[in-house]
Amino acid sequence: MSKIKIEDVNLYYGEFQALKNINMNIKENEITAFIGPSGCGKSTLLKSLNRMNDLIEGVKINGRMLLDDVDIYKDIDASVLRKRVGMVFQKPNPFPMSIYENVAYGPKTHGIKQRSKLDDIVEQSLRAAAMWDEVKDRLKKSALGLSGGQQQRLCIARAFSVNPEVILLDEPTSALDPISTMKIEDLLVDIKKNYTIVIVTHNMQQATRISDKTGFFLHGEVVEFDDTEKLFSMPENKKTEDYITGRFG
Amino acid sequence: MRNRFDKELEILNLELIKMGGLIEESIETSAKALINKDLEMAKRVNELEVEIDEMEKTIENHCLKLLLQQQPVASDLRIISTALKMITDMERIGDNAEDIAEISKFLANQKFIKDLVHIPQMAEATISMVKRSVDAFVNKDKELALKVCKDDDVVDNLFQIIKTELIEKIQEDTENGEQAIDLLMIAKYLERIGDHAENIAEWVIFSITGEHRIRGEKI
Repeated sequence: MSKIKIEDVNLYYGEFQALKNINMNIKENEITAFIGPSGCGKSTLLKSLNRMNDLIEGVKINGRMLLDDVDIYKDIDASVLRKRVGMVFQKPNPFPMSIYENVAYGPKTHGIKQRSKLDDIVEQSLRAAAMWDEVKDRLKKSALGLSGGQQQRLCIARAFSVNPEVILLDEPTSALDPISTMKIEDLLVDIKKNYTIVIVTHNMQQATRISDKTGFFLHGEVVEFDDTEKLFSMPENKKTEDYITGRFG
Repeated sequence: MRNRFDKELEILNLELIKMGGLIEESIETSAKALINKDLEMAKRVNELEVEIDEMEKTIENHCLKLLLQQQPVASDLRIISTALKMITDMERIGDNAEDIAEISKFLANQKFIKDLVHIPQMAEATISMVKRSVDAFVNKDKELALKVCKDDDVVDNLFQIIKTELIEKIQEDTENGEQAIDLLMIAKYLERIGDHAENIAEWVIFSITGEHRIRGEKI
């Protein structure tokens, strides 16, 4: 079932058209990867899925983006949307507060005050991010003392804490060592049964390892969108073939 | 963008052409050893077999190195995996040629019970199949690979003709039995070589189309 439908979307930064006529269905309980050279529009599309572009001056979007058939630009409040559609960025960005507070922050802003309930959410979120055992004895310590890989998993735990339906990840492992990368990849594959996941990655092996569908972007267009196995073994489009085999990009 | 990888793939092509050449020589030499009752030729096939085995190892190592270093996808992955599959069949062809040469050593001091007409034709047809299957790989020529697959029928038909003739020879005189069986085995080895060449051509088609057909299936 399609969780997100993208219909005829064009996005402009002022005069510059960053996305051209994008049409795409993103399925529930699948991992969808966006690949393509820098500046191809993949991160722009990812960010527009939870309206991160709203704050950028001069951005104009037309077409429709639907979450469960509801237009996210017309019929959903941005803060409600961001609760349903979480985002994890390239660089881990924990808040300068304790591990516990990092995870409890989101639920608190959504009105949850009861301590026992917050404790539960923090534990569940950290467990889901496969780091509960690593940090359970130092929840009150600063999150900034964690390693890069732990910080990134904390950010994923933070995204889980408000019980989202969709998780967007923008190159979540590009700054991490192979072990941390593998942990996050395993985590994403484990949790996809409960979420819809969209990941932007420059690591094509990562896309082949974890994603069900892959979209190849170039100059603001989706050149090819297909099952990952198909796209990386027998791409339909020569541009896709040339990009994934390293002939350009 | 990717000079080094492209050069490596060119080297891989050259290695496969070289291995293909050794196999062609091996089939041809084993046939000559039989027809001319030439023990030196038969020995040469043994030497070629060793070279073919070494070549298989070289190409296998090269392919594994490329898989490790380049983590190939799409056509690159198909080309390298095809090369890995091809060399297995190529090595088996080398073994079959050696088997023919071994039997030819036994027959070297015997008078043939019949003129050898169809066995040389079989050898010629299989050499052509091997050569064209490797050419098809190097030139990414699907049509040529399909022709190779089709030509296996020619080899199979020749085998049937030889079999019928040899049965007649045995019926004429049971003394012919032993040599008839030796010649039938040679024909069977050549028929197997045709099958291996067809396998190679099928993998070549896979490297171009991404689809691997099952033997005999139409594409």
